[in-house]
Amino acid sequence: MSTLISLIVSGCATGAIYALVAIGFTLLWQTSQTINFAQGEFVMLPAFFMLAGMNMGMPFWLAILVGTAISVAILGAAFKRALVDPMLRHGALPLAIATMALSIMMKEGVKEFYGAEAQPFPSLIPAIDLHFLGATISTQSLGLLAVGVAAVLALQYLLNSTSVGRQMQATAQNPNVARILGIPVERMVMYSFIINAILVSVASVLVTPLYLAKFSSGETLGLAAFIAAIVGGFNQVRGAILGGILLGITDNLAATYISTQYRSAVPLALLIAVILFRPQGLLGTAEERTV
Amino acid sequence: MSITRKVSRLAVLTLAAGFMAAPVLAQPIHLEDVAELSGGGATVGTNFKNGADLAIAEINAKGGILGHKIEITHADSQSNPGVARALVQKALDNNPYVLLGPGYSGSVKVTESLAAKAGIANIMGGEAAELTQTGNEYVFRTSFGQQSTMPKVARYIAEEIKAKTVAVVWVNNDFGKGGRDVINAEFAKRGIKVVADLSTEAGQVDFAADVLKVKNAAPDAVFVYLNEDESARALKELKRQGVTVPLIGETTLTGQKVIDLAGGAAEGALAHVGLTTDAPIPAVQEFRKNFAAKYNYVPDHNGIKGYLAIYVIKAVTEKMGKVDPANFAKTLHGMTIRAKDEPGILMDVTYDEHGDIDRQGFLVEVKDGKQVVKTILPKMVP
Repeated sequence: MSTLISLIVSGCATGAIYALVAIGFTLLWQTSQTINFAQGEFVMLPAFFMLAGMNMGMPFWLAILVGTAISVAILGAAFKRALVDPMLRHGALPLAIATMALSIMMKEGVKEFYGAEAQPFPSLIPAIDLHFLGATISTQSLGLLAVGVAAVLALQYLLNSTSVGRQMQATAQNPNVARILGIPVERMVMYSFIINAILVSVASVLVTPLYLAKFSSGETLGLAAFIAAIVGGFNQVRGAILGGILLGITDNLAATYISTQYRSAVPLALLIAVILFRPQGLLGTAEERTV
Repeated sequence: MSITRKVSRLAVLTLAAGFMAAPVLAQPIHLEDVAELSGGGATVGTNFKNGADLAIAEINAKGGILGHKIEITHADSQSNPGVARALVQKALDNNPYVLLGPGYSGSVKVTESLAAKAGIANIMGGEAAELTQTGNEYVFRTSFGQQSTMPKVARYIAEEIKAKTVAVVWVNNDFGKGGRDVINAEFAKRGIKVVADLSTEAGQVDFAADVLKVKNAAPDAVFVYLNEDESARALKELKRQGVTVPLIGETTLTGQKVIDLAGGAAEGALAHVGLTTDAPIPAVQEFRKNFAAKYNYVPDHNGIKGYLAIYVIKAVTEKMGKVDPANFAKTLHGMTIRAKDEPGILMDVTYDEHGDIDRQGFLVEVKDGKQVVKTILPKMVP
C-alpha cells in the first residue's frame, strides 16, 4: 500500500511540474489561439537569466526578480511583438512552426553563451522529506503542487470573475466583435503573454533545482506539458492540472507495474486514447478547432 | 665579374641555402573530432573537446609534433548516432591524420567502420565492450572498456562489500546495456543474485518509481550505471527514499559534475575509475590545474580522455619519425607509452592488438564533495 501511495505522491509532484508548464499552453490558446512549441524552452531560459544575475553577485531573491523582469520583457512583450503578431495573421500553423524555430534558437543560444553542461540551481523551497503512510514526500514536491494549484485558481479567477479576464476571453473568441465592443484587443492579448512569461519564470525557479539548468532541459518538459495540456483539455486552464498529474502518476505506475523499458510509451498511449475518445480533452469543451 | 655582381650572387646563394637549411614551414597535422557537444552527452563531449584543445595548445606552444603544428575541427554529433555517422563521413572526407571521437558507444558503433574503411586511426571515447571486439584494426580506446572494468567492480562488490544480492540500475542505450550485460554475467559467475534489473531512459528526471523498486527488492548493494545528469538525479532520489546500502558505479557515478549536481546525495558513493583528476599523481594534478585555469571548471575523466588522445598521437608520430597516417594504427598496436618519456600521457599505457588499453586504475569514494582515491589498482601487465 505504501508503495502505491509513494508512486501516486511522487507522480503528483512530477505532474505538478508538467501542469505548471501546461498552464501556459492553455492560457495562450484560450486568449490568443497561439500554440507555443517553445514553451519548454521558455521555462529553461529564466533560470539562466537568474544564474547570470547570481554570477554578477546578486543575492538569489534579487536574481529571481531581475530574471523574471527580463523574462517578462523578452518572453512576454518581445515574443508577442516580434514573432506572434507578424505570424498569427498567417494562421496558427505558421506561428506554431515559428515557435519550433524559436525553441531551437533558444537552446543553441544558451548553449553558445552558457555552455552545454548542466548547472546546479538553488532551491527556493528547502528540500525536507516528510513521511506519510510509509511514503516519502519532499517539501519541494508539495511546494510545486501548491504553486500549480494556486496558479490555476488565480487564473480561473482572473479569466472568469474579473472584467479584464472576461475581456481577454472575448478577445480570444472573436477579436473583431471584441474590438467593436470597445475592448482594447491588443492590450488584452499582451496581458496573456505577460502572464505566461511570469508563469514560466515561476515554473523555472521551482523546476530547475530538479531538472538542473541545462540548455536542453525544456525538451522533455515541453513535450510532457503539451501532452498534459491535450489530455486535460487545451481550452481549460484547470485541465492542465488534471492532465499533468494524470501523466505523472501514469508514468510512475507504468514504470513500476508494467515495465521500466516501456514507460515512455505509456503517456503517448494515453494521448492517443484521449484523442480517439475525447478529443477536446478530459475537462475541455468542444470547439470549432480542436487541438 | 664585378664586385656588385659577386655580392648579388652571394646574397642569392645565401638566401637559397638559408631556405633549404631552415625547417620547411611544415604542413599542419589536421585532426577531426566528432563529439557530443549538445544533447544528453554534452558533458562528455565538451570535456573531451576541451581536454584535446588544451593538449593541442601545449604541444603547439612547444613547436608541434616533429615541427608540425596541430589543427583540429570539432563537430557536434548532438549525442545522436545518426548525426555522428554523417559527421564522421564528412570528417573523413577532409582526410584527417587521425579521427577523434565520438564519446558515446552507440555512436562509435555506427561510425568505427567508416574510419576503418578509410584506413584512418580512430581514437574514441566509447567504453562498450563490443567496440574493440569486431576485428577493426583502426579503433583505439582512451579508457578501459567494460570488459576490463566490470570484473573489477563485480570482484569488489563480492569480496569487499560481500554482497549476495544487488540491484542494477542502467541507462537504456548502448553504453548502459553493454555495461549491464557484462556486469550481470560477472555477478552470475560470483554467485551474486540480481534482485532488481532496472532500465531507465536517457534524460529521465523522475527516479521515484525506479528507486522504489530498488527499495522493495532490498539488495545488499546497488550498481548504478547511468549518464552524468541522470546519475545525479538517481543519487538524489536514492538518498531521499532512504536507501542506505552501498552505491557503486563505474567512473561516471563519482565524477565531479555528478558530485556538484547531486549535492550531498553523492556522499559515500563508490566507483571504479579508470581516469580521475583526483588521482594522487603529480602529472594528473598538473593537468587538472592547467585545465581549470583555462576553462574555469574541474574536468571529469572525459577531459583526460581528450587530452590523452592528443598525446597518444604525439607519441606514435614521434616513434614513427614522420607523419604517416597509413602506419599510425599499426604502430600503436602493442605500443607502450611511458610517462617518463612522454609526460603528457600522464600514466604509463599499453595498447593491445584490439586497441584496448592497460593502465592503472582507481577505486574512489565521494567524501566531503570530492572524489577520494581509496585504492590504486595497478596495470595488469607492469
